[in-house]
Amino acid sequence: MTKKIKENKTFSYINYSLIILFTLAIIIPLLNIVSSSFAGSKALAEENFIFFPSEWSLDNYRAVLNDTSMWSAFCVSVLKTVLGVITHVFFCSMVAYGLSKRYLLGRKVYTILGIITLFFSGGMIPTYLLMKDLHLLNNFWVYIIPQLFSYYDVIILMNFFRQLPDSLEEAAIIDGAGAWRILLTIIMPLSKPALATIALFNGVFQWNDFMTAKLYITTKRTLYPLQMKLYEIIVQQQAATMNNIGNFVVQTTSKGIQLATIVVTTVPILVIYPLLQKHFVSGMMLGSVKE
Amino acid sequence: MKNGWYTFYYMKEKSVHHIPAKNFAKDFRRQLPLQSMVLPGIVFMIIFSYIPIYGLTIAFKNYTVVDTFSSAQWVGLHNFEIVVKDRYFWQSIVNTLGISFLKLIIGFPAPIIFAIMIYELSEGTFKRAIQTISYLPHFLSWIVLGGMLIKWLSTTGFINQALLRLGFIDKPVNYLLNGKAYWWIAALSDVWKEAGWGTVLYLATMAGIDPTYYEAAKIDGAGRMRQIFSITLPLMRNIISLNFILTVSGLLHSNLDQAMVLMNSQNQAQSEVIDSYVYRMGLTQGDFSYATAVGLGVSIVSVIILYAANKITNRINEESVF
Repeated sequence: MTKKIKENKTFSYINYSLIILFTLAIIIPLLNIVSSSFAGSKALAEENFIFFPSEWSLDNYRAVLNDTSMWSAFCVSVLKTVLGVITHVFFCSMVAYGLSKRYLLGRKVYTILGIITLFFSGGMIPTYLLMKDLHLLNNFWVYIIPQLFSYYDVIILMNFFRQLPDSLEEAAIIDGAGAWRILLTIIMPLSKPALATIALFNGVFQWNDFMTAKLYITTKRTLYPLQMKLYEIIVQQQAATMNNIGNFVVQTTSKGIQLATIVVTTVPILVIYPLLQKHFVSGMMLGSVKE
Repeated sequence: MKNGWYTFYYMKEKSVHHIPAKNFAKDFRRQLPLQSMVLPGIVFMIIFSYIPIYGLTIAFKNYTVVDTFSSAQWVGLHNFEIVVKDRYFWQSIVNTLGISFLKLIIGFPAPIIFAIMIYELSEGTFKRAIQTISYLPHFLSWIVLGGMLIKWLSTTGFINQALLRLGFIDKPVNYLLNGKAYWWIAALSDVWKEAGWGTVLYLATMAGIDPTYYEAAKIDGAGRMRQIFSITLPLMRNIISLNFILTVSGLLHSNLDQAMVLMNSQNQAQSEVIDSYVYRMGLTQGDFSYATAVGLGVSIVSVIILYAANKITNRINEESVF
């Protein structure tokens, strides 16, 4: 018996130390970026630190925050995220509510049409050509309209709506409420956990998405979101380092700006992260009870 | 009339079958509020999913800028014939498979092991903190992570510094400019980002395991390792094999965001993956038909792999995706 206890103790020690090691492998690189973004240009040029630069400074952030194009990119990102999430959640709930009624005429056809979209897509080029024909290139609405609907989210919501007790709806019917009214005043308020999960995941997608801008915003750079702006800075910086363009001072300054932009771009995600964490496990569960 | 569809609502499912077909128009009208909710979604799918699917036909056509999907000239399999002979296409296939394979052997077991390790921790703040930290990288965008990787892997980055101080290397190397290292960078950075998040599904499955199994095993004298191998892992077999099928069928899926941000002229021969090649041929060079042919060909092969993987695992155990 004592042998068993000893074995279990060793197991615990090894388990705890390995887990701490893995976690450090996540934290250390991230802290390195944060502390580098607060480093002065001299410290950045020498770069002989991991956590504590020889000189702290806010110059990098000052440079980023004084750049008006950065602010406009920030506004585009916020606007596309907020508007995108609201329209996506509303549109998906609307379709899901209709489809959750088993007596809906044509429901079978609608479901088949939806399921096919989960497995087949036209891919990058045909989609690009469609956007071009719809005049969505270099247009702010390219962030919103193609993201309105996702059949996957519809399935999640549909399953959630079905779990709600029928009696609530029946009571509203007797009081003379119409379908739209029931959806807006009864179903949606009762489905907050499901709606929050979808909103948060869609919000993270919208905030992090840069491919939409890369593909469809070809000339109008004022429509670049923050991620695309960061991408541009990174690409320029890479090219400069490789070809040794510009002098040393210019290179370290742009390196500092790049680091500060990385942090600024990530802060909103960190702010909503606690909220996200509350919801994503339930979200995974909702996703797994597919039809 | 306004609430007409509710009478219908009370008829419920069973009675729907008894309604003669000639009433379809009338019933449809009763359901108008509901139909008006669903139909915008259907219209959306037709425009944004089905028109691009129809647009795949340009892979068999010679599409030029002035054409529409249907007006382009048919050329049969001409585009595919060029694709097969294209050296750069095969290069992108090799890179995609190479990166995916490394991701499979490292990234597939990693979340399973990590999840078991977390599961074995006692409940409390420490466990929750570990979970919070390990999920975090999943929510960083690839652009942010790409920028970070460029810094970490540069000659002055912390990886070079650590290796220099430990005496493994004599002079710093910029790993991103070194094509040979690229597959490993791509695969390992992906594992770093997603391994923690991958545990969510496994942990949820493990939470469903009946604790009496472990109690019984303890009484029988089984140690912690024995419990993992004889109880936890066998009970997770289904979810593991399901995930395996999905991972294997995704071998030809490439990570476009990652390739876009980490690619440079020095490592392009190793970092060009299928999606970035489609992007370059289609959108940078304007050869829409050719790029569509590349994309379509790869999707067809992917479906075949999924089917095969499903068949094989089906043989091994009863679980299957379909």
